[in-house]
Amino acid sequence: MFADIHSNLEAISACLAHAQTLRADRFAFLGDLIGYGADPVAVLDLIEGYAAKGAVVVLGNHDAAVLGRAADLNPNAQAAIAWTQEQLGATQRAFLQALPLTVREGNTLFVHASAAAPEQWVYITNPAQADASIQAGGTNYVFCGHVHEQQLYFRGADGRPTSFLPVSDTPIPATKQRQWLAIVGSAGQPRDRNNAACYVLFDSERERLTFYRVPYDHRSAAMKVRAAGLPERLALRLERGA
Amino acid sequence: MTSIGPGCEIDGFRLGELIHAGSMASVYHLIGPRGPLPLIMKIPRLGPGERAVNVISFEVCRMVLGALAQGPHHPTLVAYGDVESTPYLVIQYIEGARLSDYLPRVPLPPDEIRRLGSALAIALHDLHRQDVVHLDLKPTNIIYRATGEAVLVDFGLAHHSHLPDLLAEELRFPVGNWVYMSPEQVLGVRCDPRSDIFALGGILYELATGYLPFGRPRSSAELRKRLYREPVPPRAIAPATPEWLQETILRCLEVDARQRYASAEQIALDLTNPAAVALTERASRRRRAGWWTLARRRLQALRFEPAPCPPPSRQPHVARVAVVAIAPRERNEALLEALRGAVRSVLAADLGCRIACVTVVPSAAALNGEGEEGTATGRYIKRLVELRHWARSLDLPEERLTYHVLEADRPAVALVDYVKMNDVDQVLIGAPRSGGPVRLLTGVCGQVVADAPCSVSVVRARGQG
Repeated sequence: MFADIHSNLEAISACLAHAQTLRADRFAFLGDLIGYGADPVAVLDLIEGYAAKGAVVVLGNHDAAVLGRAADLNPNAQAAIAWTQEQLGATQRAFLQALPLTVREGNTLFVHASAAAPEQWVYITNPAQADASIQAGGTNYVFCGHVHEQQLYFRGADGRPTSFLPVSDTPIPATKQRQWLAIVGSAGQPRDRNNAACYVLFDSERERLTFYRVPYDHRSAAMKVRAAGLPERLALRLERGA
Repeated sequence: MTSIGPGCEIDGFRLGELIHAGSMASVYHLIGPRGPLPLIMKIPRLGPGERAVNVISFEVCRMVLGALAQGPHHPTLVAYGDVESTPYLVIQYIEGARLSDYLPRVPLPPDEIRRLGSALAIALHDLHRQDVVHLDLKPTNIIYRATGEAVLVDFGLAHHSHLPDLLAEELRFPVGNWVYMSPEQVLGVRCDPRSDIFALGGILYELATGYLPFGRPRSSAELRKRLYREPVPPRAIAPATPEWLQETILRCLEVDARQRYASAEQIALDLTNPAAVALTERASRRRRAGWWTLARRRLQALRFEPAPCPPPSRQPHVARVAVVAIAPRERNEALLEALRGAVRSVLAADLGCRIACVTVVPSAAALNGEGEEGTATGRYIKRLVELRHWARSLDLPEERLTYHVLEADRPAVALVDYVKMNDVDQVLIGAPRSGGPVRLLTGVCGQVVADAPCSVSVVRARGQG
């Protein structure tokens, strides 16, 4: 599961390659496919290819903004949206337009922000907000993005929500006796002072969640951002991971 | 679940005799299928009337044991059943004597306490290195194999710093055995390996004196007493307790985790080298604090803030050990100074690290029995004096610097054994004086480089190659 890819082709390619070596057999892209980065067309074409083969794809707030739907974004983000709008062709636009806000599959719900109000783009930053999303989802697992840092929330035996900061590469038993909400972290624009891309692998058979950090060619990605004339801050972010 | 008993088959496992029927779980031997390991099955007591903690601790045990690498100091998890339909854990059976079997004989002689305690500390260190805190250390949860190795069992209350803590916020009362529980656990902290060190101190206290350091609290008010009331010094109860043992026990039992040993490995080291234990006021304490101090501490305890938990191993917190190997009667001043320089860089890079100065002398059988150098003790002291002299300008506090004169006929083998036994992280050793075109490391140095299971830095004085 990948979220907040933000037109970063280098990052999403590295994550996909990493997941493929681990024999991932299903893929989900949890919104904000574009914005900020310099490769919107290539990224959307790549994801559309996966979608054609059955991957889950949901809409994020940047994707909605590109389509002209009202969105509350900072000036750098707005500049990137304006630039992205010029790049996209009819195919990419049609693909974005067809994206749902949520996808439910059995005991799992995929959404970009909170399942409690998917179109309001609420940031989940505490256990209470996570709990609202878990309850609205009504599933064992809710997978989302929007917040760029990886985080795991779960409901305790007494119903109280608890948060946990995952350690990369460490499989976490996440049994369906409980309810879990995983923020998979940003693939294309990490912000926790670690510039490696984030993603999460879920082993549904063994009920194990593993959070990963994948180093990628962030210099090339940043260079492309500069070459495209996008705000310098967006290039620096990729280099610093903050 | 009522029909479960010997002879039953669950998911292909055939139950043998019932070994243990506790308040949280029943434990059966398994008689089939036959495999390389003897196995037991642990079935939690679930259902109406049973406590919620049983379910959670079943999950915790499964998570933590499942995350541990196979090793000698804890049983291996072989299989588990679904918590909703057929909850069970199939675990390796550990053959041996429980520490609780020794309790009828307490107080035990100091040598036996050393043996049991250091094996236990080594097992704990192994666990802590893997980012697990046991949090329910008690004599029934410790098994000694015939080889003397300690094995920790029952991980139902354990904490793994890389996994969500299912117990952390769910239980209003501190879970675990109240007898050995650390002050921070009383306050709900579950992430500090030094909590296990406190419990270890409580166990050593019981072995040395025959008494429990804090009695058997029956209420949370009584449980909280350990935040301000220290135990009666062991020597006041059992005068045969050596000072070094009292020092070790009371240091483990400090209220503030920062005042305890930083790692269990240091306890193992102290218990194996009692002569090297740095004695403080704790060693000679004869009675508990008076009423005035007690009243003051009681007030302070109201504001007691547990020490922050040390960060997990990805930023290593477990105090590291570097060995500096010095040849007996080394006269090469330039090399000795280069070794000091290397030690200084190690110390600068790792503020928590401990330095062990080690030298190896031929075994006593090779001595002729004449003069100061001819007797074993005379020679031992002489080498010790040399090591201390070498280290004096490093200006390190005693607990960060230890001296060891090993007796062995093959110095390299002795050094490598020491490194393995004490979990040493790196070795600093002087380069052999090269006498010709040979570029390979020779002698003791070469053999240590080849055989030590850790990094070895070969130190050479500039210009002496």
